[in-house]
Amino acid sequence: MLRAAAEAQLGDFRLDVAFDVAAGECLALAGPSGSGKTSVLRVAAGLVRPDHGRVACGERTWLDTEHGIDLPPEERRCGYVFQDYALFPHLTAWQNVAYGLRGLHRRERRDRAHALLERFDIAHRADSRPRTLSGGERQRVAIARALAVEPDALLLDEPLAALDTRTRAAAGRELAAVLHAAGVPALLVTHDFQEAALLGDRVGVMDGGRIVQTGSAAELAAAPASVFVADFTGAIVLTGVAERSPDGLTLVRLDGGGDVTSPEPATGPVAVTVYPWDISLAPLRTADPGSARNHLDVDVLSVTAVGGRVRVGLAAPQPLTAELTDPAVRALALEPGSRVVATWKATATRLLPLT
Amino acid sequence: MRSWFAGALVVALGLALTFLMLPVLAIFLDSSPADLLASLGEPGALDALWLSLRTTAAALAIIVVVGTPAAYFLATRRFRGRALVITLVELPLVLPPAVAGIALLAAVGPSGLFGGLIADAGIELTFQTAGVIVALTFVASPFYVRQAQASFGAIDPRWLEASRTLGATEARTFARVAIPTAAPGLLAGGALATGRALGEFGATLMFAGSLQGVTQTAPLAIYERFSTDFEDALALSAVLVAVSAAILLAVKLVGGAGALGDAARSG
Repeated sequence: MLRAAAEAQLGDFRLDVAFDVAAGECLALAGPSGSGKTSVLRVAAGLVRPDHGRVACGERTWLDTEHGIDLPPEERRCGYVFQDYALFPHLTAWQNVAYGLRGLHRRERRDRAHALLERFDIAHRADSRPRTLSGGERQRVAIARALAVEPDALLLDEPLAALDTRTRAAAGRELAAVLHAAGVPALLVTHDFQEAALLGDRVGVMDGGRIVQTGSAAELAAAPASVFVADFTGAIVLTGVAERSPDGLTLVRLDGGGDVTSPEPATGPVAVTVYPWDISLAPLRTADPGSARNHLDVDVLSVTAVGGRVRVGLAAPQPLTAELTDPAVRALALEPGSRVVATWKATATRLLPLT
Repeated sequence: MRSWFAGALVVALGLALTFLMLPVLAIFLDSSPADLLASLGEPGALDALWLSLRTTAAALAIIVVVGTPAAYFLATRRFRGRALVITLVELPLVLPPAVAGIALLAAVGPSGLFGGLIADAGIELTFQTAGVIVALTFVASPFYVRQAQASFGAIDPRWLEASRTLGATEARTFARVAIPTAAPGLLAGGALATGRALGEFGATLMFAGSLQGVTQTAPLAIYERFSTDFEDALALSAVLVAVSAAILLAVKLVGGAGALGDAARSG
């Protein structure tokens, strides 16, 4: 169990976080750049000292500002995977992995390093220097190097960000398996919610130096506590003014035109959130309204294939995005300039008070 | 447009090269190689060369042993007055050598501020080889410290942090990561300091004097001979040119092999 609570004034930025991570669990802290994610890792590793705080791992206290305890990084036994990996350029892959192995014969250090490289399928690059390795190879060497010291906790800073999009998904699944197999608390930070959802058993969303909401990725997406969290989890955010409607639902008059309905009670200025995959598109005035309550006439601005889906950028006139399959896009002959109806259910529509 | 500009660049380079190389070539062309060799046989010439090499090596050892950790401190720590400290360390760079000589006399000369203290400790500096080493160290160390600080400053700080999280103390990180990754820059700094120390003249003359075999380094010997025996002065100069060129070349070769640091940083 890794427990941490820290407050720190870092320049004009204030960090104030508290969390715990169980052994074998991965907590993914996700937030935009500048939200203080990396600072949390640095506090845990002992690379930065907070004004007030406590960090304990298992039975050992790493930091307790009240009692004057502050173990230097080399005594904390945490494996740190840096952003862009920070491999030592003057050492080969196996020497990088062996760097933290102390008090052993050269031969034994070499064998252990090789065994770890073997486990990550890069033993064939053992004698290569980091600058000749690909991004994926560097990532594996960095993880092997962090695991070599048999750490009591793992700290990972954007472990997939340096990989290209094609290898990222596979590398992410591998990494998730490695983190569970390591059996120690893992704390990971990322700017990408999808990555946090893939790697984290729990996700903490960070904003302005604080963890604003923690939960499983599904919980965060289903019930974001704020507009910020909704936006960060990939929801479309529209603004408008809510009023109670006679049928017991809430009617929101969107800024710029159009109405939508939600079962969630609210009055006054609100943010309306809906996920792109909950929106369907139909030709103008031909669609059977069906059971979906929300219909907006929209202009198609862009049609972009991303992986197996197509993201369709729309103006209602507030911007929103629908995610469709390629056959659906072709059936509707969607292209920039088309005019269609965007439809989604009232129950897929969440309302958050605008502050 | 482009062609006349490219032409101007070539002309400028040609002028610079001619101006810089002509005097150096003249040393070798002004008298025959046989005469140069014969002049080296003259007593005093070899003494001076040998003394120059010994004192330069001693000064360089002191500069590297003290200057490397000092430069590391300046490169990796932020503290009040850091800019001032850096300026003070660099001051001897712009100090006229004669002023450096006077300053050393005022500080550690026989009647200087700490002269009595040093004499009590049984150390003699003026008119002694040790005095030459002090003068060389004083004028040459900024060349090394400045370059070393820049090289340590260019290291990715996460390499040092990674080393710490892998269980290495700060001292071990310094030895195992900082020095190897900064090595090309440290070598270049060492070469600059060596060149400055080999050529040092003014401060040595004023502080340690020009006693043959004791404090008369090669530049001092050249100065002493040039009015009486130009041939001998030329011969010594030729050797100094050769030694300096060899140092420069060696550093370029080692630097080429050690360019790994830069490549890895960009890769």
